[in-house]
Amino acid sequence: MTTTFAPKIIGTSSPATRILGVLSIIGLIALVVFGLVISPADFELGETIRILYMHVPTVSVAYLAFIITGVGSVIYLWKRSEFWDLLAASAAEIGVLFFGLTIFNGMMWGKITWGVFWRWEPRLVTTTVLFITYIGYLVVRSIPTDTRTRGTVSAVIGIMAIVNIPITHKAVDWWRGLHQSSTIFATVDPDMRGTQLFSAYLGLTVFLVIFAWLLIHRFRVAWLSERARGIGLDEAIAARRAEGSFS
Amino acid sequence: MSLSTVAGARLVARKDLRIEQHSRVALAQMLPFGMLVLILFAFALDPSRDVLTRATAGLFWMTVLFTSTLAVQRAFAVEVDDGALDSIRLSGISAASVFLGKVSALVIQLLVLEAVLALGVAILYNTDFGGWAMLVAVTLLSTIGMSAAGATYGVLVSRLRHSSTLLPLLLLPLLAPVLIAATKGSEVALGQEAGQSWSWVALLAVFAISYLVLGVVLYRPLLEET
Repeated sequence: MTTTFAPKIIGTSSPATRILGVLSIIGLIALVVFGLVISPADFELGETIRILYMHVPTVSVAYLAFIITGVGSVIYLWKRSEFWDLLAASAAEIGVLFFGLTIFNGMMWGKITWGVFWRWEPRLVTTTVLFITYIGYLVVRSIPTDTRTRGTVSAVIGIMAIVNIPITHKAVDWWRGLHQSSTIFATVDPDMRGTQLFSAYLGLTVFLVIFAWLLIHRFRVAWLSERARGIGLDEAIAARRAEGSFS
Repeated sequence: MSLSTVAGARLVARKDLRIEQHSRVALAQMLPFGMLVLILFAFALDPSRDVLTRATAGLFWMTVLFTSTLAVQRAFAVEVDDGALDSIRLSGISAASVFLGKVSALVIQLLVLEAVLALGVAILYNTDFGGWAMLVAVTLLSTIGMSAAGATYGVLVSRLRHSSTLLPLLLLPLLAPVLIAATKGSEVALGQEAGQSWSWVALLAVFAISYLVLGVVLYRPLLEET
């Protein structure tokens, strides 16, 4: 007897993620309009202030992602729940993506402002060191091993890395002579007014929505991947058993 | 009967040091490697002694950092090869003791390596040593910090595939603040740079304490799972 196996196609979207997706697209369009068209150039930073509307949100979201990874790692070691392991890993992946974007737009700002892509600017250096730290986390996640070992090992790295963030910040700040007055890596400038300030906060809000959207999808993909691993294993065991019964 | 944490740690440290006493890997391989790196820096930068003297602290700590990854790798290779870690786990020694023992053995080995490398730096780079209290504080705290982070990551990667290439990728970014603080603290101690020297010592102390505490807490799940 032959059995037909019709795989059930499972998506990762839900009404909530569809709303987040629509909000992300509308928000991005609004940010482009406000950031590039409506808001004026800055008195000091000139046109480069427009990079800030993307830069501050990407770095903020990346740090939020790494905090989620750290918290998820602690709770995983405590509760041993797959949910927290996968949430921590999903957040780290998105954090690395946003850190990559942060370094990229920081270098673009550097090229315009300083004439070079790279200067040993404290925030750029810190971001790059932490970026490599979390790449290590993702590399460890990608090494084939059993789920529990992978969860434990990556949780430890997640905790070690989050503790290292303030220490690295302080070390790099002091190394480069503490604080610089004009830097793209400053938080939203208190001198901003009107549409500039609105664009800055709009950028933060939009990127938070995008982050939530990506995180939910990435988590669901990770969850389904784990289920698929289980299905593959069950099928392999069933096939081996069938071989045994016919031989 | 379970041993106290300190007694267990002492046993593990003595075991590691005894293995080193017999195998002499640190003496015969890591030390020549460290000296070689010091010489290679001279080739890469400039034979002019000025450049080397000015960069002494940074080059010294870079060398220590590279050598420490070898020391960490070695410290856990001896445990994994013959399944020795399983035996330690079964012996009733607590995870915190294993961690503290490993850290102690690493600290002692690295301090010896650092002393010889410092002598090498004094001769090869023509460095005048001074500010001894500061130098000792920086060296001790850096070594404890490196060893604590190294011992945690060492056991972590020991049972994963590609552990030899994985360890530097994980460990070196984590130790970046140690490299910065140790270099700057040493430069201030040597009188090569002005600054608040004890703030670097404080940063190193925060790093060392943080990773000692994390290691004590996290070693148990690591030993159970890896």
